[in-house]
Amino acid sequence: MPIEVLMPALSPTMTEGKLAKWVKKEGDEVKSGDVLAEIETDKATMEVEAVDEGRIGKILVAEGTENVAVNTPIAVILGEGESVTDAVSGSPTPAPKVAAEPVVKDTGAHAPATLPVGPASGPAAAPPASDEDKFFDKTVKKTVREALRDAMAEEMRRDPTVFLMGEEVAQYQGAYKVSQGLLQEFGADRVIDTPITEIGFAGLGVGAAFRGLRPIVEFMTFNFAMQAIDHIVNSAAKTLYMSGGQMGCPIVFRGPNGAAARVAAQHSQDFTPWYASVPGLKVVAPYSASDFKGLMKSAIRDPNPVIFLENEILYGQSFEVPESEDFIVPIGRAKIRRAGTDVTITAHSLMVSYALAAADLLEKDGISAEVIDLRTIRPLDTETIVNSVKKTNRLVTVEEAWPTCGIGAELSALMMEQAFDYLDAPVIRVTGLDVPMPYAANLEKLVLPSPDRIAEAAKKACYRK
Amino acid sequence: MAASRRRPKAQTDSASKQAASTEDLIKYYREMLLIRRFEEKAGQLYGMGLIGGFCHLYIGQEAVVVGIQAALKDNDDVITSYRDHGHMLACGMDPKGVMAELTGRRGGYSKGKGGSMHMFSREKNFYGGHGIVGAQVPLGTGLAFSHKYNKDDGLSAVYCGDGAINQGQVYESFNMAALWKLPVLYVIENNKYAMGTSQERASAGELHQRGAAYGIPGHQVNGMDVLEVREAADKWVEYIRAGNGPVILEMKTYRYRGHSMSDPAKYRTKEEVEKMRSESDPIDNLKRVLLEGAYVTEDQLKEIDREVKAVVTEAAEFAQQSPEPDPAELWTDVLVEA
Repeated sequence: MPIEVLMPALSPTMTEGKLAKWVKKEGDEVKSGDVLAEIETDKATMEVEAVDEGRIGKILVAEGTENVAVNTPIAVILGEGESVTDAVSGSPTPAPKVAAEPVVKDTGAHAPATLPVGPASGPAAAPPASDEDKFFDKTVKKTVREALRDAMAEEMRRDPTVFLMGEEVAQYQGAYKVSQGLLQEFGADRVIDTPITEIGFAGLGVGAAFRGLRPIVEFMTFNFAMQAIDHIVNSAAKTLYMSGGQMGCPIVFRGPNGAAARVAAQHSQDFTPWYASVPGLKVVAPYSASDFKGLMKSAIRDPNPVIFLENEILYGQSFEVPESEDFIVPIGRAKIRRAGTDVTITAHSLMVSYALAAADLLEKDGISAEVIDLRTIRPLDTETIVNSVKKTNRLVTVEEAWPTCGIGAELSALMMEQAFDYLDAPVIRVTGLDVPMPYAANLEKLVLPSPDRIAEAAKKACYRK
Repeated sequence: MAASRRRPKAQTDSASKQAASTEDLIKYYREMLLIRRFEEKAGQLYGMGLIGGFCHLYIGQEAVVVGIQAALKDNDDVITSYRDHGHMLACGMDPKGVMAELTGRRGGYSKGKGGSMHMFSREKNFYGGHGIVGAQVPLGTGLAFSHKYNKDDGLSAVYCGDGAINQGQVYESFNMAALWKLPVLYVIENNKYAMGTSQERASAGELHQRGAAYGIPGHQVNGMDVLEVREAADKWVEYIRAGNGPVILEMKTYRYRGHSMSDPAKYRTKEEVEKMRSESDPIDNLKRVLLEGAYVTEDQLKEIDREVKAVVTEAAEFAQQSPEPDPAELWTDVLVEA
C-alpha cells in the first residue's frame, strides 16, 4: 500500500514549519534512513529521513512552502508495483495551512478531563493507629544515641537484608558514636565504611534497594547530603512512580540535621522543609529517645525511602525507652507532649524541648499551652494539629529552619484551608532567622529559636503582653 | 540500496566469527534489526506527534547492546541512561509495552507515567532508564553491590555515554567498585558526541583508561561490530564473575540520528554520518558475514526482515490503541502502601 509521508514534528513544541527543500524528487528510490527533505522550524533547519523503502510517487507539498502544519501529508512513497493512482491522496494536495488533525485515535475510553481529587486536597486523613503507649509500663533510661543503635541492631538481627553504610560507621564506631558495637556484632559485610563520596554511596544504596536490600545510609551530617540530594530526590523518591509501581526503594537516609553548636553556616542547616516537599519521600524528625527508636524501626521496615533527621545535641540526652523489642512508633503520627487549652505550639526534633520550656514559662503567666511533637513531617499528622487548634484557636509553629517556605509556612496554609473558622489569631511562626548561621556565640544564639521567643509568640497569639 | 564500500573480508574473519554459531549470528541480526526498525518507527511516531517530549534514538549503536547482552546471564542486571530503548529490547522486554510507554499509554511499561527515559522491568532485570546524566553509574554499582551481598554470582552491566563519563559520581563509583571488588561491567558507549560536544572538546585523555588509577582494566572495542563486542564481553564478564572486580569497556560507536529528536546536528558533517553508515553499519556488516559465509540465504534474511517489521507494526498499533492512563493513576505509585 502506498505510504503517505507526513510533515513531522521535529521538537516537543513544533506545530508547523517551512518545507525548505526536497532532497529527493519524484521517481527517486529511497530506503530507510535516506534524507528526503529539509525542514525549517523556528529553531533550526532539520532533515527528514525516510522510514520506509520504496519510490517517491508524488510530492504533495512544493519546496519553499511555509507554515506547513505538522501531520500534513507531504509526499507519497510507493512500494513495488504500485502507482500514484493507488495512492490514497494522490488527488488534490491537501491545503498545507489546514491544522493537523490530532492523530491520537479516540478509543472512547477517555476519562473526564477534570483533575481528580487527590489525597492531598481532601480533609485531613486520620493518622495511623498506634499501640505505642502500652509498652511504657516497663522502661529503661537510654540516650538518643543508644536508642538509635538499639533500633538498628534489632532490625539487623530481624532482617538479613538490612545493612548500614556511611562514613566512619564501622571501625570508628560512628562519627557521633551512633553505630557503636554494630561492626563487632554484624561484621564488615553489613556495617560498611565508605569513602567520603556522598553522591556515590547514596546512589549505590539506592541501586541496592532497587534489588530488594534495605540499606541504612548514614550521612555524617545532612549538610553533606546536599552532595547526594539528586539520588535522594530523582532516584529514590521518583522511581516507584516513574516505573508504574514496579521499582520500590526501601532505604533509610539518616544523620544529624540542623545546627549543632558553633560550627557556622555550612554545617548548621535544617533541611526538613526541603525533603518534606518531595512526593515519594517520608520524613521523620523525632525528639525523644523512645521516638527515635520506635520510628527508626518503622523507617527500616518501610518499603519507601525515609529521610530520618536526627539532632547532634539530642544524641546525648536520656529518656525512658520501652524495654520491649515489639515497641514501634508508626510514621505519620504526631504526639501531644503536653495538653493545654489556650494555644497550640507545634515543634519537631530539638525544638520540642524549647516548646516544652516555653510552655512552662507560659504557665507562670497563666497561659495553658498544648505542645504537639510533630515527629513525622511527611506525611504530616494534620488531624491532630487541626483538632488541637479547634480547641485552642491559636497556633504557634516552631522550627530551626529558615522562615521562607518552611514547615511553619506550610502549617499556616493548612490552617487556612482546614481550620480557618476556628482561628482567633493569625498563626505565628517562630523560625531560625533568615541568615546563614554565624559563628560567634552571641550571634548564633540570636539566630535560633529560644523558649523566650516561643513564649513571646504564644502570648502575642493570645493577645497578652 | 545505497552503494557502499565494503570493509575488506579479512576483517570479518576474526576468531570471534568461528565462536558464534549460526543460530547466534541470526539471533544478533534479528535483535539489531528489531532495535533499528523499532527506533525508526519511534522517530516516525514522534514526527506524527504521538510521542512527546524527549526521545533519544539508538540507531547506529545496535551492536553494542546486542553484543554485551549475548554475554550476560538471566540473573544479571542492565541499567543505562536515557538512550535506552535498545537496551530494553535487548533485555527481552516486550516491544508493545515499550512503544506504548513512548506514546504515554496505559499499556506502557510504566503505565504511561515514565516515558522514553523512564522504563523498567523487574522481570527482565532492566533497572532503567535514568534521565540524569551519570546517575545510573552509582545506581548500577549498587545493583552489583547487592549481587555481592547476596553472593548470587550475578553482575550488573552499567552503560554510560562519553558525556556521562566526565561526571564526578562516575569516579566515586569506580572507586567503591574497585575497593570492594564489585561485579560490575561498565560499558562506555562512545558515540563521539555528548549531545553536540565532540569527545575532543569535552574529554581529556582516553576514555577506556579512566579507571586506570583505580586499577580497573579498561579496553577499547569496535562497537560497530557485534561479534567483536560479544567477544570482549565474554572475556571480561568471565573475569568479573571470577571475583576480580569491575571492568571498563569503551565501545567506539556512532549514532546516526541527532542527540534527541530536535537536534539539527550542526556539530558534524553529513559526510561523516554517511561514511559511518555506508562503511561501518553494524547490521549491514553482520548481514554480509551471514551471506558470505553462506549461513543464510537472501530469502531467509528477507523473512527475518518481514517478521521484525510485523513485530514493530504490531507494537506501533498497540501503542496507538492502548488508552491514555486513567486520571486516577495520578495518585498511584507515589508510595508503596505498607
